[in-house]
Amino acid sequence: MGEVQGQGYIGQALGVADVLAAAYFHALTHDPKHPEWEGRDRFLLSIGHYAIALYAVLMEAGILPEDELETYGMDDSRMPMSGMASYTPGMEITGGSLGHGLGIAVGMAMGLQRKGNPAFVYNLMSDGELGEGSTWEAVMSAVQHRLGNLICLVDFNDQQADGKSTAALAQGDERGKWEAFGWHAQRVNGNDLDAVVAAFDAARAVTEAKPRVIIFDTTMCKGVPFLEAREITHFVRVEADEWSKALAVLEEGKPS
Amino acid sequence: MTLASMARKYEARRVPQGEKVATSAMIASLAAEGYDTVSAPFGHALVDLAKTDERVVGLSADLAKYTDLHVLATEMPERFYQMGMAEQVLISAAAGLAREGFIPFATTYAVFASRRAYDFIAMAVAEENLPVKIVCALPGLTTGYGPSHQATEDLAIFRGLPNMTLIDPCDATDIAQMVPVIAAHDGPVYSRLLRGKVPSVLTRYKPDYQFELGRAQMIREGGDVLVIASGIMTMRALDAAELLARDGVDVAVLHVPVIKPLDTATILAEAGKPGRLVVTAENHTVVGGLGEAVAGTLLRAGVTPTFRMIALPDEFLEAGALPTLHEMYGLTAAKVAQQIKGWL
Ligand SMILES: Cc1ncc(C[n+]2csc(CCOP(=O)(O)OP(=O)(O)O)c2C)c(N)n1
Ligand SMILES: [Mg+2]
Repeated sequence: MGEVQGQGYIGQALGVADVLAAAYFHALTHDPKHPEWEGRDRFLLSIGHYAIALYAVLMEAGILPEDELETYGMDDSRMPMSGMASYTPGMEITGGSLGHGLGIAVGMAMGLQRKGNPAFVYNLMSDGELGEGSTWEAVMSAVQHRLGNLICLVDFNDQQADGKSTAALAQGDERGKWEAFGWHAQRVNGNDLDAVVAAFDAARAVTEAKPRVIIFDTTMCKGVPFLEAREITHFVRVEADEWSKALAVLEEGKPS
Repeated sequence: MTLASMARKYEARRVPQGEKVATSAMIASLAAEGYDTVSAPFGHALVDLAKTDERVVGLSADLAKYTDLHVLATEMPERFYQMGMAEQVLISAAAGLAREGFIPFATTYAVFASRRAYDFIAMAVAEENLPVKIVCALPGLTTGYGPSHQATEDLAIFRGLPNMTLIDPCDATDIAQMVPVIAAHDGPVYSRLLRGKVPSVLTRYKPDYQFELGRAQMIREGGDVLVIASGIMTMRALDAAELLARDGVDVAVLHVPVIKPLDTATILAEAGKPGRLVVTAENHTVVGGLGEAVAGTLLRAGVTPTFRMIALPDEFLEAGALPTLHEMYGLTAAKVAQQIKGWL
């Protein structure tokens, strides 16, 4: 996908790939043949620009056809650069205006409870979104409404548009903040698949009626050392001849 | 939701063979238009101003790089505040700085200022008539990212707000020259911004062009059609005028960089000249922007030429490659020319 556009949010996608893999192939209950099945766990992509990562996962999960990935970001594609519910099967919400996902997740969790539907709502957000006031309104709301069916996933890659998140608004004890608000909070290495899977299990196993958050520390461009070593920015530059090299490195690193 | 795409969400798409058009995305540069360009005119003008006026400071909500404010952040770091991705406090804090005597320039994308921060702009800034200058990239349809980033209704939103001065600059000259002018204006300003490599358009047609607050200016004279345009649509109208001239159609272009307060005197004088079709052209929804402002002005004054509007439809727009979208929604010079011809 990135190669087609000559750009894309490759750094973010590689960083969050382990989290998405654990979400879709371990934690979530869903039916690829029926992406709108009422019994599904809801997965909200608040960070619209991470759509490139979700398209790949939706493809692996059998919801999107593989050949269409090549249309990423092109005219009339079902896979726009910024994820939108109106374009893509399996995309629950239109993200991109950052700081929306968690609030919508609160309402969906309330709605599921009203319907007696035992499904979980997952919201994937970024460390940049920790700066938005709307995020913290939703954080408090989820506690007030005792939303034990809500699991928030934070991709903490310490990157946002102008630089490091820890140089901007994420300077505090991020896990401690959520705990202080009344959430069940974990912080794990988001590129250690075992730790990621265990964190999903622990989040789901909480018996108290309180919302759960997992903060994943991730590395931009994970799995492609020559990209990891590059100066990391919000848009990681990849030269035309580097896409195939990157793919080869990833292929090599695949668990057999 | 984008209704057209919604209806087709479950229809598989064919993968086109051959040449592929990429979304020209965030780094929406309008450079490839056949004009010379100037790099980061806003950032450089702001640094020049900050050097002469101690009160000038810059703030961004995690978009300094994408609003050319990084020029100030790099050259005068002590005058720059990184506010993080938090548009509400960006504006509240700018209001607070203004209360303490500073002239804050606050930047983000047009969608996030007009939508998320609106209440803060209305009450903390506009109602107090504070000199906060809100300068926003990605105006109207200048990104293929879809509705989350397409500020198609920003001018309509802010036109309803008392005390606001609204600017829709055409090019690098407008942007560089407006910076000291809006700083000198003692009140709130919202300006759309073109960033990166910004074309120089106006001085090609009018070498002595100077941006002035509240003043619309004739950039090109013509006897058959009067196009009243703002922002990048002034450039498109000038290009369309060249195309139409080949067909013997003589098009005048009136550039209206200041949407509020509107230069009604010039608009009435020009639109009142007999025998010309009057067309407005804006990179904005048909609702509540330049076109409707001009229409209201004309009707209230009893000036009633044949009147048409070129603007974006009252819809959430599609995502895709920017040139395709400009074609689809009628903003290219060729489409402008074609529409005008159809009305003659
Ligand atoms: C409300 C809002 N403000 C600003 C932006 C512009 N923007 C897009 S991505 C981004 C960085 C946000 O941080 P994060 O999601 O952590 O970035 P990444 O890790 O992908 O670099 C910004 C400021 C936006 N999309 N939404
Ligand atoms: Mg980040």
